[in-house]
Amino acid sequence: MLPTPSLRDALYGFGICIAALLVAAIFFWLLADLAWQGVGRLDWTFLTTPPRNAGRDGGLAPILVSTSLIILVAMSVAAPLGVATAIFLSEFTPAGGRLARWMSLSLDVLAGTPSIVFGLFGGAFFCVFLGLGFSILSGGLTLACMALPILIRTVESGLRSSPIEWRLGAAALDLSRATLLWHVLLPAAAPSLAAGLSLGIGRAVAETAALIFTSGYVDRMPSSLFDSGRALSVHIYDLTMNVSGGDANAYASALVLIAFLIAANSLAFWFSNRIFGRRMARA
Amino acid sequence: MSVSWFRGKDRCALASIGRICAVYIAFFSSSLGHAADNRLVLTGSSTVAPLAAEIGKRFEEQNPSIRVDVQSGGSSRGVADARSGLADLGMASRAPNADETDLQFFTIARDGVGIIVNTNNSVRSLTDEQIVAIYTGKIADWSKAGGAAGRITVVNKAEGRSTLELFLHYFKLKGGDVKAHVIIGENQQAIKTVAGNPGAIGYVSIGSAEYEAGHGAHIRLLPMSGVAASVENVRSGSFPLSRPLNLVSKGAPGAVARRFIDFARSRSVHDIVESQFFVPVAP
Amino acid sequence: MTLSNRSSSSRSRRDTRLVAAVATAALGSSAIFVLIVGFLLKESWPALSTIGPARFLFDPAWRPTEGLFGLAPMLSASLAASVGAVILATPLGVASAIFCRHYAPPPIGWIHRWSMALLSGVPSVVIGLWGLTAIVPLIGRFEPPGASLLAGILILTVMITPTIALMSGAALDSLPDAYGRGAVALGLSREATLAHVLLPAARGGVAAGILLAAARALGETMAIVMVSGNVVQAPLSLFDPVRMLTANIALEMAYATGSHRASLFVSGLMLTALVIALAAAAWRLSGDHCHG
Repeated sequence: MLPTPSLRDALYGFGICIAALLVAAIFFWLLADLAWQGVGRLDWTFLTTPPRNAGRDGGLAPILVSTSLIILVAMSVAAPLGVATAIFLSEFTPAGGRLARWMSLSLDVLAGTPSIVFGLFGGAFFCVFLGLGFSILSGGLTLACMALPILIRTVESGLRSSPIEWRLGAAALDLSRATLLWHVLLPAAAPSLAAGLSLGIGRAVAETAALIFTSGYVDRMPSSLFDSGRALSVHIYDLTMNVSGGDANAYASALVLIAFLIAANSLAFWFSNRIFGRRMARA
Repeated sequence: MSVSWFRGKDRCALASIGRICAVYIAFFSSSLGHAADNRLVLTGSSTVAPLAAEIGKRFEEQNPSIRVDVQSGGSSRGVADARSGLADLGMASRAPNADETDLQFFTIARDGVGIIVNTNNSVRSLTDEQIVAIYTGKIADWSKAGGAAGRITVVNKAEGRSTLELFLHYFKLKGGDVKAHVIIGENQQAIKTVAGNPGAIGYVSIGSAEYEAGHGAHIRLLPMSGVAASVENVRSGSFPLSRPLNLVSKGAPGAVARRFIDFARSRSVHDIVESQFFVPVAP
Repeated sequence: MTLSNRSSSSRSRRDTRLVAAVATAALGSSAIFVLIVGFLLKESWPALSTIGPARFLFDPAWRPTEGLFGLAPMLSASLAASVGAVILATPLGVASAIFCRHYAPPPIGWIHRWSMALLSGVPSVVIGLWGLTAIVPLIGRFEPPGASLLAGILILTVMITPTIALMSGAALDSLPDAYGRGAVALGLSREATLAHVLLPAARGGVAAGILLAAARALGETMAIVMVSGNVVQAPLSLFDPVRMLTANIALEMAYATGSHRASLFVSGLMLTALVIALAAAAWRLSGDHCHG
């Protein structure tokens, strides 16, 4: 016999809460592990001094600057390209059409391409073929390629899930496509854009393999986008895998990276809200 | 980014897209700084990279007009980049192969390779025959090698790593003979794997193992052929298993590269070599 | 779903420009795909033409320096780990998304959502380090060596759950409020509203999230190298150490030359083929409801 609706409701809620609790528990276990081993090294000088003795001593200053620049380059290329492509896919190609199918297939393939392949590709294309060398620009552009599929997918699904009535309404009012998009659909898709940006930034900040081959290993303060600059994740990788005695600083760097993510995510939410979110009310 | 974002209709939308593009163009073109003219690029072995980077920093201090950019990525990569001219100098953590007569190798340090086990393991020494038997799977339990009963976990290096080649060569093994339970890439991964598994045995760089064992990691270095695995014995040449860390150049190195090589082999960097747990070469 | 292109509106010229702009962007995005696949093909061509695709599947072992190029065990390991991780992560991720929006009090939901965003951004090397020092010894205590398929699945689950949670959450967020209100007005229970109204409406976004997560699991490298043991063998038990295709590329690429290097790029192509198969399967599934 089937359980009564109210019992089923309770069980369902219970299951969901347990699952969410489990995910949260894993996250806090990980976070506690990092904090336990890294927080001792964390202070203001750690953030403001350059690394010494292969990263065992000293801090992170040039690495933080390089990382921010890499993310900035990646997002400023990927965000407009991604949003425009998502608009094209969801608004100007029919859902089951051949073009849309091919494009979404190629996006899925891009999303599943291992980061190390992106690294080798970026090294061959941006560094050698375009002559950018090991540089922050090469690294940022490679990351832009990696983050694009995530960004496009999330924004596209946000655009597609807006109800057809809005489009019909816009058509009835004789609004142009551009108006409909700019004032109705994009604002409605703002949460998706925020999620896409935060996933994209997350993936970019977390990336190691692709950056070793493109933005490189140099831990000097960069003076231009054409300088090689070590990203935080590359630094952490090097400290944990190559440098004996680097673990304490690796954990501390991982904590800094998480703080960095909090900042980047807040910025992404703020940005997508500011650009698109509020306009719906005012338009 | 003020009121104009919200006021207009679709024309405004297109105009703001144009404005975003303009900002990007300005952003990227302003960043077109000029790279330093006297740049020395080193690529290759991830083992040598931290050492070369530290030597590079001191070299920069003494020669302010020169910049030394160190990129990691593996010994084969270092050799390939030196050959193709992509790098001024390659870095290789191994002796030259027979087919590398077109390249010049300059040894800047030596690194010993020793066997490690977990500190919970009661075994204090193993004969060469026992090590071979363990690595070929003929001994699968510590009770047969003089320890307490417990399954042996054989930790081996991935194909192509110079420590693997050194190890196989010394014990006259072929790659296919080894029956590994865990295969690892970098040195620190071997140390962490053995430290976390009471039954594990592995082989790693002696200097870093000595340091980690002295700082609380659960690993113990075993003597080989009766010679204690220590940096001291690698320096004196009595320890049987060691490899050179090399800088590689195609033909005769250029003037700046020559100066860097001489500097990296001189007495004035011995403290750096030792601080990275390697053995300096006699000048 | 899209409106007809044949608008007789006076604004059609501006629309044309908009179409031109977004079409150019879309073209640029796909160009990246073409470039990368072209790059993979170019690099793997020496191996494909001289060794032949069949041998990559049917050679008995992976010993590239001795002329054996069997990728099948690594292919099956990649599949096993990714499928396992998706099976674990999908309910966790979707439940997390629902929890944030429909069960948790707003501050807790907000914190949970933030944790997901952060977790998605923790570098794989950090998660790998945690796996190597926390998960692997834990498994090793029961079934040595600990570095195993199971460790790989668990670590991948941790990495892809946030992707599913965030994408499902975004899909739920972009549903019109009217759906939920309508369901309440009809007197539906919370369970029925979610299971029969909101989730079905958001299934496109949820499916896209699962697909992205599966692709990420297949493509994940650094963490997998650290926890899964990397022994080339078919995954016969959860406690067997296995090597995934990506781990193979990461472990050997820096040292490989000649046909060895080219055959590593073949494993990259093979991953691409896997993802194409995955995407095709997803289409089949989503294609059904498109007409419904």
